[in-house]
Amino acid sequence: MRAFFCATEARADKLTRWLVTAPPVLFLVVFFVLPALIMAAASLREPGPFGGLAPLAAQGLTLDAYRFVGEDPIYAWILAKSLLVAGLTTLLCLLLAYPLALLISLSPRRRRDFMVLLVILPFASNFLIRIYAWIMILGPLDLLYRSGAVVLGLVYVHLPFMILPLYTNLEKHDPALLEAAQDLGAGAWTRFRRVTWPLSLPGVLSGSALVFIPVLGMFAVPELLGGTGDILIGNLIKEQFLDNRDWPLGATLSLALTAAVLGVAALSAAAARRRRRP
Amino acid sequence: MALLELRNITRRFGKLEAVSNVTLDIAAGEFFTLLGPSGCGKTTILRMIAGFDAPDAGSIALDGRPLAGIAPEKRPVHTVFQSYALFPHLTVAGNIAFPLEMAGRTRDEIRRRVGDTLALVHLEDKGDAYPHELSGGQKQRVALARGLVNRPRLLLLDEPLGALDAKLRERMQGELIALQREVGVTFVFVTHAQQEALALSHRIAVMNAGRIEQVDVPEVLYSAPRNRFVADFIGTINLVEVSVTATAPDRLELAAAGLGALTTAPVADAAPGTRGALALRPEHVRIGRAGAPATLKNRVEGTVAEYLFLGDVTVYKVRLADGSRFEALETNAGAGRAQFHAIGERVTLQWRHDAGVFLRD
Ligand SMILES: Nc1ncnc2c1ncn2[C@@H]1O[C@H](COP(=O)(O)OP(=O)(O)OP(=O)(O)O)[C@@H](O)[C@H]1O
Ligand SMILES: [Mg+2]
Repeated sequence: MRAFFCATEARADKLTRWLVTAPPVLFLVVFFVLPALIMAAASLREPGPFGGLAPLAAQGLTLDAYRFVGEDPIYAWILAKSLLVAGLTTLLCLLLAYPLALLISLSPRRRRDFMVLLVILPFASNFLIRIYAWIMILGPLDLLYRSGAVVLGLVYVHLPFMILPLYTNLEKHDPALLEAAQDLGAGAWTRFRRVTWPLSLPGVLSGSALVFIPVLGMFAVPELLGGTGDILIGNLIKEQFLDNRDWPLGATLSLALTAAVLGVAALSAAAARRRRRP
Repeated sequence: MALLELRNITRRFGKLEAVSNVTLDIAAGEFFTLLGPSGCGKTTILRMIAGFDAPDAGSIALDGRPLAGIAPEKRPVHTVFQSYALFPHLTVAGNIAFPLEMAGRTRDEIRRRVGDTLALVHLEDKGDAYPHELSGGQKQRVALARGLVNRPRLLLLDEPLGALDAKLRERMQGELIALQREVGVTFVFVTHAQQEALALSHRIAVMNAGRIEQVDVPEVLYSAPRNRFVADFIGTINLVEVSVTATAPDRLELAAAGLGALTTAPVADAAPGTRGALALRPEHVRIGRAGAPATLKNRVEGTVAEYLFLGDVTVYKVRLADGSRFEALETNAGAGRAQFHAIGERVTLQWRHDAGVFLRD
C-alpha cells in the first residue's frame, strides 16, 4: 500500500516538475534556440544576388562571412565599442535609477503607486515619437549627432527598466534590518553600504541585464541621434539585412552579438554565484 | 548611582499617552523587566532608551549622562529585536562581527571575540551558516550573541522569546539567566508573560496603560501586590470585596458580604469603613471536608465546582455561599486518589489570619 502511494507520489512529482519546466524550455527552444540555429545556418550560405540567400544546391556552404568579419578589424572594433556603450548606459542608468528607486521605496505607501505610474508613463507614447522629441530638444542646442546624444537617448529609453526591478527589490527590504544596523553602531552611509546595497544586488543585476542586453541590439537610437561614426553593432546587423542585402554577413554578426551577450551573462552569473549570499 | 535613570518620561501619539510620567532607576548588572499587557507602552520605552524615539517630556540618563540628542548608533545600548532582525546576507559569524566592526576593533580581536561569543551561546559549529539555515532557537541565540558581543552598557530585549514554542522558551529562559550572570551586562527585558518575568528578573516594573503600577523584586510583587491590577496580573489570585470593621496592631478585621468576618495582616491607616479587596493566593487556602475542625483563623464553606488535576498540584474551583468562585491549590505530595474532593462535594476553605493582603480601593 505504502509502496503504491510512494510510486504514485514519485510519478506525480515528476509530472509536476515536467509541467513547471516545460513552458520556459519550450519558449527558449522556439524563440531562442531555433532562431539561433537558423542564423547559424544562414551565416554559412552565400548571399543571393538581390538579398536573401543563394540556392543551397548551386553554391553549397561557405565560411566567407566569417573570414570577412575576422579579416576586417572594424567589426571587432564596433562590437567592442557597442559593449562599451552598453556598459556605460547601464552604469548611468544604475546611478540615476538607484536614488529614484530608493526614494520611491521609502515614500508613504499611498504615494508609491503613483510614483511607479510616473516611471512607466513614457511608455504610453510611441518610442520613435519620444526619440524625435529628443531631436527637437537637442537640435537647437547643437548637441545632436554625437556619441553623447546616443548615450543620452539610450539612458532615457532604458531608465524604467532599471528603476522597476530595483524598486521591486528595495521595497521588500525589512526596515528592522536598518534599525538593527543603526542600533549596533552603523551610521547612515555604513547602513547603506553594509545592508541596503548588498541586499539590493539581485535587483541591480536584473536591472542591468534588462538595460545592457537590449542596448546592444539597439539601432534606432544611434541612427536617429548619432553621427556617422556612432553606429553600433545593431546598426551594422540591420544594414546587412536591409541595405547591403548580405544576409550571411548579417547572420554572422548577429551570432557574434549573441555570443557576446551570453559571455557577459555567464560572467555576471559567475560573479553572482561567487558572492551569493542567500 | 543608577546606571539608567528615567525621569518623568511621557510620550504621546496624537491624543494617546502611550507612556505617562514614568520614572525608573535601573542599577548596573541588573536583570530588569518591564511587564504589562499588550499596548501598555513597553516597546515605546525601549525605543526611547535605544534612541529610535524621543520622549515628549522627561529625561533619560545613562551613567549620569543625558541621552537626549545622541543618535542610536552612538549610544552604548544594543537591542535584541523580537523579529531578531538578523542580516540575511551575512553568516552567523558575520552577524556577530558586525557591532565589533562598527566599533573599529582589529581583525584579530574580532575573530577571537566572535569565537568566544559563539561558544557562549553554544553555536560553535554554526559560524558559517546563514540565518535562514537556523532554527528559531538558534536565531534567537545569534541575536543575543550579536547584542552582547561588544559588551554594551545596556542590552534591551523586546519579547525575545515571544516567537518560540513553550518548551524551547523554557530552555532559553534558563540560558538567558545564565548568560546574563556570566557576562554581567545590564538587561532591560520586555515581556507580557508574567511567569517569564517572575522566573528571570531581579526586579520587575508592572505597567498598565502607559503607567507604572509597581516596581519590586518578584517575591514582593507576588506576595504583596500594591493594587488590584498588579494582584490580578501576576499569578492567580482570589479577590473578595470587603470593608474594614476594626483595626488592631497585629491584624485587620474585615467583613465580606455573604461570607462573614475575616481577618488579615494589618496595613497602614486603614480606618474602619474603608472599602477594598482581600487578595488571597490559592496556595494559601487549605481545602478540607465540610465540618472539619477549624485550625486556621479564617474559614468559609463552599461546594466544589470543578477541579484541575495538574500532576504536581490540584486546583479546586469552589463556589461560595455568595455565588463567587474561590480557587484553592493543594499539592499532591503523598496524596492518594481517595483524598480528592469530588465535584459537588461540600468543603471548608481555611487560611491563616495573615495570609491575605488588603487592597484599598
Ligand atoms: N509610532 C506610533 N504611532 C502611533 N501610535 C503608536 C506608535 N507606537 C506605538 N503606538 C501606540 O502606543 C501604545 C503603546 O505601544 P507599544 O508598542 O509601546 O506597546 P507594547 O507594550 O510594546 O505592546 P506589545 O506587548 O503589544 O508589544 C499602543 O497603543 C500603540 O498603538
Ligand atoms: Mg511591544
